[in-house]
Amino acid sequence: MSDMLKLKLRIWRQPEAETPGAFKTYHLDGVSTEMSFLEMLDVLNEQLISGGEDPVAFDHDCREGICGTCGVVINGQAHGPDNETTTCQLHMRRFRDGDTIIIEPWRASAFPVVKDLVVDRSAFDRVITAGGYISASTGSAPDANSIPVPKDDAEKAMDAAACIGCGACVAACKNASAMLFVGAKVSHFALLPQGKPERKRRVQSMVAQMDEEGFGACTNTYECEAACPAGISVDNIARLNREFIGAALSSDS
Amino acid sequence: MAQVTEKVLDSRAPSGPVAQQWDKHKAELKLVNPANKRKFNIIVVGTGLAGGSASASLAELGYNVQTFCLQDSPRRAHSIAAQGGINAAKNYPNDGDSVHRLFYDTVKGGDFRSRESNVHRLAEISNQIIDHCAALGVPFAREYGGLLANRSFGGAQVSRTFYARGQTGQQLLLGAYSSMMRQVAAGKVKLFPRKELLDLIVVDGRARGIVTRDLVTGKFDTHIADAVVLCTGGYGNAYYLSTNAKGSNVTASWRCCKRGAFFANPCFTQIHPTCIPTSGDYQSKLTLMSESLRNDGRVWVPQDESDSRSPQDIPEDARDYYLERRYPAFGNLVPRDVASRAAKERCDEGYGVGTTGLAVYLDFRDAIKRDGEDVIRAKYGNLFHMYEKITADNPYKVPMRIYPAVHYTMGGLWVDYNLQSTIPGLFVLGEANFSDHGANRLGASALMQGLADGYFIIPYTMGNYLASNSLSRVSTDHPACKEALIEARNRVEAILKVNGSRSVDSIHRELGHIVWNQCGMSRNEQGLTQAIESIRALRDEFWSNVKVLGMGEEFNQNLEHAGRLADFLEFAELLARDALHRKESCGGHFREEYQTAENEALRDDEKFCYVAAWQHNGAGAEPTLHKEPLSFEEVPLATRSYK
Repeated sequence: MSDMLKLKLRIWRQPEAETPGAFKTYHLDGVSTEMSFLEMLDVLNEQLISGGEDPVAFDHDCREGICGTCGVVINGQAHGPDNETTTCQLHMRRFRDGDTIIIEPWRASAFPVVKDLVVDRSAFDRVITAGGYISASTGSAPDANSIPVPKDDAEKAMDAAACIGCGACVAACKNASAMLFVGAKVSHFALLPQGKPERKRRVQSMVAQMDEEGFGACTNTYECEAACPAGISVDNIARLNREFIGAALSSDS
Repeated sequence: MAQVTEKVLDSRAPSGPVAQQWDKHKAELKLVNPANKRKFNIIVVGTGLAGGSASASLAELGYNVQTFCLQDSPRRAHSIAAQGGINAAKNYPNDGDSVHRLFYDTVKGGDFRSRESNVHRLAEISNQIIDHCAALGVPFAREYGGLLANRSFGGAQVSRTFYARGQTGQQLLLGAYSSMMRQVAAGKVKLFPRKELLDLIVVDGRARGIVTRDLVTGKFDTHIADAVVLCTGGYGNAYYLSTNAKGSNVTASWRCCKRGAFFANPCFTQIHPTCIPTSGDYQSKLTLMSESLRNDGRVWVPQDESDSRSPQDIPEDARDYYLERRYPAFGNLVPRDVASRAAKERCDEGYGVGTTGLAVYLDFRDAIKRDGEDVIRAKYGNLFHMYEKITADNPYKVPMRIYPAVHYTMGGLWVDYNLQSTIPGLFVLGEANFSDHGANRLGASALMQGLADGYFIIPYTMGNYLASNSLSRVSTDHPACKEALIEARNRVEAILKVNGSRSVDSIHRELGHIVWNQCGMSRNEQGLTQAIESIRALRDEFWSNVKVLGMGEEFNQNLEHAGRLADFLEFAELLARDALHRKESCGGHFREEYQTAENEALRDDEKFCYVAAWQHNGAGAEPTLHKEPLSFEEVPLATRSYK
């Protein structure tokens, strides 16, 4: 049976990118511990609408932890207190009656605020455009079993490919570095034979774009790994560094 | 009740033996000269598996592609949430699979309401999809020798499902997304994220563009092209609670329907048997637990309806493994529609478990005893983790509680063999069309279809369309563009003007209740008639009492939701109407009046062996029913039996 919580919410409100924002306080009663965090925000929004106040804007879509659309900073932690959990999968049983919860958008200059808790993460798409792919045109592939992939490599590639592109790594990093995101994509392809032909060009081009977007440098504090809802390991950052140095030292160009 | 035309809808499927049709058709399709491809502009709407793969492969050919999605990034469409896998007829496990068997299973699984020619093509293409996705770096599961692993899935008696842990949809989607981004880098795809289609522009009877609203600024725009490819998914959110993403909607399909594209078989909706049950009335969506779990989990309820012991304490002889009892040949692996109805039947009879009584157990005790916890963790770890996160129960120790939920919609815009709708130049791919799954989709077939359409069919049929028609130049000043733009804008303004007292969400929930209760897992004439009345009344309520705050020219999520709900309120009536007209039970469409003595679906092939394609005749007017007769030459019509 569920318990009911009474909460005080301090939420970042910002009408649009160019207008300064501020925290606003709301009181919310009757929050079931069975609710997800976003369902709690739904309930708040229904309350705001009925009182004639603009509902809180937040991004969300699949609500099952895989699309990477949602993500807010909850009491200073990206996606809140639970390990390997997106905001939509966080449940209110994690909170206590009478708690104050502070809710903010991702904070990073590469992720400008669109409205309230919504940010613009198109920088990630541009980093992928710079080289986060294997150039195989439709129709040209050989039989799938003609290229065996050692199981361990396939598993490691899958570990890296599990990144959901939510941006929590950037939000959690004091430098707003995107090394975990970029490392995951570079690793995914570098570990597979299919990704080998383009690996040097890929890593150089993606890192250049990452810098261009204004993401910061990595100082090995591992906050990114702690915040990552998909369990992406910082080993991928080490691999990114190796790939990058290897490409720089041996590049043909 | 509805007007019925005598004119038969032509699928334009090639003649000859079904196994040779696609090859023959490809040889006959006209080609666009490589140098001319760059002169054509194509709009793709939606960036799921179908839209992502279509954008990539059309751009690779040299067309100029403009791709639209309503998410902030084209990597997020709901294909990403597909868990279990993708079918292909590779027969790597040497267990007797073939293109013909995959074709046969899909036609039978669809309860003989799909088009044989399309399904055969799908089965043929399935193998190329796996090859292509492996080449794109999709990290499929592998055996120790480095070759691809397979599992059996969703009612198949062969192991033909390829998978990437429980995240197959995610990995396939990221593969399509990455090839599309490669084309963005090449300058062949231009991306328009956070843009919603609000109307189709039809010039001289052909689809020539779209009207969009920018979801950040609220600005309306018109975009012109030589053809439009709709890849906008299904309409499961008509039920409010479904496994769909919150943003999934029928707006793009419905607006095209209002412009002349026929809507086929809207009543064919899939209720998935293994979802996490609801916990309260604030519930915003339902979460699917992949049906791959039914490979190792056993479904049961207590034999005694008053048995209130916790499940671990209920001994073997007090459990009713009702799927194994009713369907000894397929057991826990019966198709989705059969498993869902069986769960509903047990719960309706009072044997349901959990606080609401609307759940059955899915138990891994025996599998863990047999294979060990590590093996089960390796197969389903992420699903167990997700289950525990939502319910706070540990499924390694306590059986999961599951209940059916709306998951997929087989119906969609009618398309011919070339995937072209009844509006020339408007092509419809993936879940948004109706073509391949008949009245019930088999597991691991949606990913296959989305990618078949996008990677391997539209590149051929689009070329044929462009090469066969001389298209006049159209500019955004054309009266049809201006008219569509004004209509879309007026509609948004009309919503803002209502200024009533009910929230969008509360009306959407009410719609969901109506459709779920009267047009859900089982349907009858009285309920459907009532549903139509209730939907109409609720539509009036929306237009007289909805409350949407803010303005049109800004980021306004409530306004987006209101616009989509307005379309669901019109579309849901067609869904109920289609269900009312189809006086038979087949696949996901179960009419209580038409069942066997053992409560199995009773098809009526004499009267209903056709695709029902509905033509919109304006708001409030009766739609016209067009019929595409279905003939089964390779797979003889038979009663599905999983006993």
